[in-house]
Amino acid sequence: MIEIKNIYKKFGKLEVLSNVNLSFDKGECIALIGPNGCGKTTLIKSVLGMVIPTKGDVLFDQKSILNEFEYRKNIGYMPQIGRYPDYMTVGQIIEMMKKIRNSHENLDEDLFKAFELEKMFDKEMRTLSGGTTQKVSATLAFLFNPDVLILDEPTAGLDPLASEILKEKIIKEKEKGKLILITSHLLSELDEMVTQIIFMQDGKVHFHKTIADLLDSTNEKKISKAIAKILKNKSNEQNN
Amino acid sequence: MQKSLKIKAMNRIIKIIFLDILKNKIILAYTFILAILSWSSFGLEDNSAKGLLTILNIILFTVPLVSILFATIYLYNSSEFIELLLSQPIKRKKIWTSLFLGLSLSMVLAFFVGAGIPLLINAPDRIGVMMLIVGILISLVFVALAFLSSIITRDKAKGIGIAIMTWLYFALLFDGMVLFLLFQLSDYPIEKAMVGVTALSPIDLARIQILLQLDVSAMMGYTGAIFKDFFGTSLGLIISFLLLCLWVFIPFFVSLRKFKSKDL
Repeated sequence: MIEIKNIYKKFGKLEVLSNVNLSFDKGECIALIGPNGCGKTTLIKSVLGMVIPTKGDVLFDQKSILNEFEYRKNIGYMPQIGRYPDYMTVGQIIEMMKKIRNSHENLDEDLFKAFELEKMFDKEMRTLSGGTTQKVSATLAFLFNPDVLILDEPTAGLDPLASEILKEKIIKEKEKGKLILITSHLLSELDEMVTQIIFMQDGKVHFHKTIADLLDSTNEKKISKAIAKILKNKSNEQNN
Repeated sequence: MQKSLKIKAMNRIIKIIFLDILKNKIILAYTFILAILSWSSFGLEDNSAKGLLTILNIILFTVPLVSILFATIYLYNSSEFIELLLSQPIKRKKIWTSLFLGLSLSMVLAFFVGAGIPLLINAPDRIGVMMLIVGILISLVFVALAFLSSIITRDKAKGIGIAIMTWLYFALLFDGMVLFLLFQLSDYPIEKAMVGVTALSPIDLARIQILLQLDVSAMMGYTGAIFKDFFGTSLGLIISFLLLCLWVFIPFFVSLRKFKSKDL
């Protein structure tokens, strides 16, 4: 559904992405992991067209996204740090997004209800805590029933109850056959959700495997342990 | 069908921006101050010429300053809004153009309500209409320059600094430099070249257009006569209006090109 082809991105002299090739299919829930600054967010933003790659192309349903915008109808994006106009209320933001997308039917208000956002309808965005802002971001990402969900650190900043709600929602959407792309540092959380894992380091894809493959090849039962084992082996190789 | 849908999407964004700006107290204060200045300058004298000169000074100094500063600050404050829109199915060009149209529309509306209405009531002739048009064009020019200065740097303080320097340059420095050149090169026949030089500053274009209409060009000596020869003809007038329009389009299109390839 989404194909990333030989993407390079430089910010000044700093090379953030270097020759990244990936492809994501429907019905998968893919975790994008890696140390801070390895280019996860830049990769996500390239798919969204917010960052324009120096070289390479991104295909959405076999069509290049460069200079395109319609494909974003099919994407729900939850940013790592949601930034919203300070003086708009939660209600105004949601209404505005509905107007911009021009869709009032087929709305998915599960999260809106689960997070009890109607209680905050009249609160201005600047008065909200980080966690509540995340709840608004998550609600907006799921609201228009997109085929693809891109979630950048979705559970960071959410309380355990809210992150449980969000996880359940993610699993439910995955079962509907949607493509879900998650970046996360909390490996322990990923076990129940993801079907594939991509490990990035220094702007390069280190590996892209299905969970079954990963666990098999390392003889572990948990993703976190398997990743730790791989990293340990790698550093041993480097030392020898 | 698809085309009309696209236009609708654009209108929705312009409407959101326009309504947001109208709620802004600065723009209300700007309208109010323009209205007080214009009504009082027409009210104090029986002769409308003095009122026109006051409004001319407003057009040459206040309108550019407020337009460029307000638009620059508004753009920096909308960075969150722009980011939010970018992840939605909207063309980048449409976002930037809608911002421009929303901001322009509100600055023009403020100028029209504040200075345009007293102008049309007290000087309902060619000069009044001409000043109204020039004032609107100057508002647009400086909104466009604000788009350019805010796309050059991510740093808000730097961007506002660039905006103020731009205003200072066109409102004061440029004139000083022209005068300096005029005196230094007074032995040479540069009068015709001076007509060309005025095209380099939108404020000068506006000033000369209006001064010639007010018939005070007699005070401007030989250069004034040359200006009259050029700007006094209808061809000259059309050319100078076109030049002012170029001052709107060029800065805006340069900023649009930069915005299309900006990383957010």
